[in-house]
Amino acid sequence: MPGSTPASLSADAPTSVGAPLVAAPAAGAAAPAVPRKRQRFSPWQEAWRRFRRHRLAVASAVVLLLMVAAIAIGPLLWTVPINEIDFASKLEGPSWAHPLGTDDLGQDVLARVLYGGRISLAVGLAAMFVAIFVGVLVGAVAGMSSGRLDALLMWLADLFLSLPQLPLLLLVIYLFRDSLKAVFGPEGGIFVMIVIVIGGLRWMPSARLVRAQFLSIREKEFVEAARALGASKVRQVVQHILPNALGPVIVAATIDVAAAIIAESTLSFLGLGFPPDIPTWGRLLADAKDYLDIAPHWALASGVAIFLTVLSINFIGDGLRDALDPRRVI
Amino acid sequence: MAETLLDIRGLKTWFKTDDGMVRAVDGVDLRIERGETVGVVGESGCGKTVTARSVLKLIDMPPGRFEDGQILWQGRDLIPLPQDEMNKVRAREIAIVFQEPMTSLNPVYTVGDQIAEVIAQHQKLNKKQALEGAAEMLRLVNIPNPQRRIHDYPHQFSGGMRQRVMIAMALSCRPKLLIADEPTTALDVTIQAQILELMQEMKERFGMAIMLITHAMGVVAETCQRVTVMYAGKVVEEAPVRELFGSPRHPYTQGLIRSIPRVDRAATHKERLEAIPGTVPSLLEPPPGCRFAARCRFVTEVCTRAMPTMKEVSPGHFVRCVL
Repeated sequence: MPGSTPASLSADAPTSVGAPLVAAPAAGAAAPAVPRKRQRFSPWQEAWRRFRRHRLAVASAVVLLLMVAAIAIGPLLWTVPINEIDFASKLEGPSWAHPLGTDDLGQDVLARVLYGGRISLAVGLAAMFVAIFVGVLVGAVAGMSSGRLDALLMWLADLFLSLPQLPLLLLVIYLFRDSLKAVFGPEGGIFVMIVIVIGGLRWMPSARLVRAQFLSIREKEFVEAARALGASKVRQVVQHILPNALGPVIVAATIDVAAAIIAESTLSFLGLGFPPDIPTWGRLLADAKDYLDIAPHWALASGVAIFLTVLSINFIGDGLRDALDPRRVI
Repeated sequence: MAETLLDIRGLKTWFKTDDGMVRAVDGVDLRIERGETVGVVGESGCGKTVTARSVLKLIDMPPGRFEDGQILWQGRDLIPLPQDEMNKVRAREIAIVFQEPMTSLNPVYTVGDQIAEVIAQHQKLNKKQALEGAAEMLRLVNIPNPQRRIHDYPHQFSGGMRQRVMIAMALSCRPKLLIADEPTTALDVTIQAQILELMQEMKERFGMAIMLITHAMGVVAETCQRVTVMYAGKVVEEAPVRELFGSPRHPYTQGLIRSIPRVDRAATHKERLEAIPGTVPSLLEPPPGCRFAARCRFVTEVCTRAMPTMKEVSPGHFVRCVL
């Protein structure tokens, strides 16, 4: 304590001690004078506040939004047709007429990348929804029904995880391509099939995640309290358990979008995705691979698009994980 | 005599484990009348909580199982009742408040929404009316600024406040019986007193009965009219509260009362606090005799041979001991 030593009793001591003492009531008086708006944070606002602290994730979100905006309104502004063949200007590098150059048929690469992005992102999102829907459903049923059904469902998940994915994809596509084409048309049929195949082979991780979440959350006191106050099983799951299990699922979902885009690219690269005349990022890359030495801009355009999208989605997932994890202090 | 609300007769709730049947509740009789507060006391692991949860059928089955007995709620046995019928009894007739206020509220909803959910579910009101009901309940449990607080999330409340919210939620449908499962154990002493006072107040306002489960004998002396002492899944003594503290008959009850810390004596008399030696026996294969025999200082040869029966030593005072 300053007051315990004689030195601090010198003339300047009262002022130095007194100054904050005077300042404190002044500040205290000022605070109630201004009616303080009480901060109310819902869990989502809190998550958003934490997400904003993650700079890489915010930057990625901006990049992704720009990409989405570009593929959504880009084809409306850049009205060059995607399939205008012009052999006179084939394999040209970037120019004002063709900002990203042309391909081996003289088609405009920018137009094709913009259009391809629509399909690639749509496939990614749709496949993610399929994977998450199936995963949450299976995981929730398994998590609530411990016992035989749980064991059976997890055995099924293990079975699916152990299947070699690529050969299975190829097989399924060979088997069902034509019948789906007949029902949904050539483009729609392939879309539905690819979404189902990619989503249907990616539900296992989210199912396991949801099951693990359910197993721990359903033992929480607030679920028991809800049960004690007469909440039915469905209400317990929908109102109390699922909202609390959602954080990790959202993170898994972002990763799934990226993985589905890659998977679609892989399929297209192998020539098994959409018909050759429909550009997707993977298809563009596949077509460009033979001209890597003479026209690298072609492969780069779609490659960079895939790279940026997947990278930014992964960073966003990273940021979401930090933002939604209550144990992490940000 | 007042109307009997709850009458538990010979309840046996057993749990199947890999080692055999755990007889957590092994033939419990308990009666609660309209408007009275009954204390259920005993050490950890003696079956108090399982008894309480059995009443609301909150026991996981399996591994739990009602082996025998009846739970008569106003004359109707709850044990064979199907799930949806049981959900109508919960909250509307019997409500429960748990020990842990910190985790008993769902962190993702505002407290108003949570109380309103219970109200809307049982009383067929719309969302707005239910929220008004929630604010009214918060006001009743003395939470300041209820209109504003209903929009707050559980993490914005302190432990004592959350327990008030839990009580508000439990009472939102005006139950006839409130089961309080160690409602004050997780709170500090001044808050404990407030919560007990609040429960007393609510009891008088709504005329409900309370089944107060606790291991704090002081709390029992303060609030209850009748006390049931449980040991190792059995009721060992039952008496009006004055009688129990004035002349405890079972050696276990005597031990419990002696082990109450006394602030006044500890400071002046340098006495050591007395404890009951040993622990609650395994409920897997209980020995045939009195469950307390191994720890009893008056144990005789008779005690280990057969379980003593409940006998009435004075009006309303029952004890399960040969002495």
